[in-house]
Amino acid sequence: MTELLQNLIDGLGRGSIYALLALGVGVIFGVMHLLNFAHGELITVSGYAAFWALGSGWSWVLVVPLIIAVAIITSLVIERIAFSRVRGADDFTLLLTSFGVHFVVSALFLLYVSASVKNFARPGWVTNTYALGSLRIEVFDTVVIGVTLVTLVAVTLLLQRTMFGLALRAAAADFETARLMGVKSDSVIRGAFALSGLLAGIAGVFWLMRAGQTTPTAGIDPMLKGVLAALVGGLGSLRGAVLGGFTLGLAEVVLRSRLPDSVASLTEGVVFLLIALLFVFRPQGIITVAHAERV
Amino acid sequence: MLEVAGLTTKYGAISALRKATLRVGSGEVVGLIGPNGAGKTTLLSTIAGQLTPTAGSISFDGTDITGAPPEKLLRSGLALVPEHRRIFVDLTVEENLKIGGITVSGTERSGLLDEMAEQFPVLRDKWTTAAGFLSGGEAQQLAIARALMSRPRLLMMDEPSLGLAPVLVDVVFDLIESLRAAGRTLLVVEQNASRMLQVADRAYVLRSGEVVAEGTGAELRSRDDLFDTFVGG
Repeated sequence: MTELLQNLIDGLGRGSIYALLALGVGVIFGVMHLLNFAHGELITVSGYAAFWALGSGWSWVLVVPLIIAVAIITSLVIERIAFSRVRGADDFTLLLTSFGVHFVVSALFLLYVSASVKNFARPGWVTNTYALGSLRIEVFDTVVIGVTLVTLVAVTLLLQRTMFGLALRAAAADFETARLMGVKSDSVIRGAFALSGLLAGIAGVFWLMRAGQTTPTAGIDPMLKGVLAALVGGLGSLRGAVLGGFTLGLAEVVLRSRLPDSVASLTEGVVFLLIALLFVFRPQGIITVAHAERV
Repeated sequence: MLEVAGLTTKYGAISALRKATLRVGSGEVVGLIGPNGAGKTTLLSTIAGQLTPTAGSISFDGTDITGAPPEKLLRSGLALVPEHRRIFVDLTVEENLKIGGITVSGTERSGLLDEMAEQFPVLRDKWTTAAGFLSGGEAQQLAIARALMSRPRLLMMDEPSLGLAPVLVDVVFDLIESLRAAGRTLLVVEQNASRMLQVADRAYVLRSGEVVAEGTGAELRSRDDLFDTFVGG
């Protein structure tokens, strides 16, 4: 029982970050039908910004908003340079474009910064834990879960209560008709990229705090988690994306603790296998979404 | 108010619309009738900016609007109730209406919401229901109310009575009558030609992408060569 509870808390901590990443992927897919394989690059770029700032003597208090700001700006710049040119193109073109952005960003850091791992100091409290009954809880997981819940509530309010949120939902449901109602395609798409960047930024803060390093290919892992979680939850459903994130986090933690030692190092592989199995039976993911119109 | 001259729109190599010319004056109710595939929807979609014409011009209140995007046209006062209604099924009735009023100020929007609730009692009763649960007739009223939320000076409707039960067709035509009585300018595509000619000041007949006739309801009905238009051939 204790072990299960322990797994649950660890899994929620991990799943929170995945949920934020998947929600960022889901928002973009909703309005543009773009499965964004460049989503992780927002964390790569933020990672180098954090490395530079911490190396220049900034404290984490300042680095946190820096990471978030850099992620938002990067998201908007990528939209302007790459994705705005393929709006309305078929899904495959969009997919290839996002792959292209991913490789170009990695290559730029490889060429102009360094191929080596850049380490930076993690905040001291990241490894602290406290006891709750017989459970050992990480301060970090507690903060992650708390911030994620607040973020999810805020995003829900944004989508439900504001005209921007309404426009985003209308555009995701039927882009052509939304435009007919006066929804500006530029505003709604840029807004979606800004929101996606914000979510990646918050996830990036936690990702980088825990990793304490960055490399030119550091974006691959968060991108895979975000895209997979969005797929598992059901592409096009934001609720599904969040659910997919938590499911993926929990699955990883539970498998790592339950698998025999000899295969525990293959947890990721086992998770992929399970996801493949899920898609055999439910190719649409956990939550089914009616076909959405494209830009 | 609206002047369309020599408008041609192509889907690939096929001209769905050939040199169409029409005008709608302020306060007029103009019908657009013709058999299936005549290019009626293409014409409205082109005027609303959803399709780009290959030739010809569209001007609205003396301003050339040819090729302008729909979100810009809406802001200049031109709204379209699209074919098949296209309401946002996952959004509530209220949210659908709010989207319709996205271009007006917040206070104006809440005033318009009150107006719509009053004018469309069936919508008021389902205010917070997801629009996907509305019946066909209710959904059509929502689609029209949603378009009215932008305070359009010209309201275009594409097949408002399509797929509705006869009693609901009456509701739609009553609505067109009341909009007309309120002095609104309307351009309406209808496959129900005889009903449309009763409420319209004037109408245009489209066939194979071309405007083949124009006139008042009585004039058009008296023309034997347009018989197929009225029996839906």
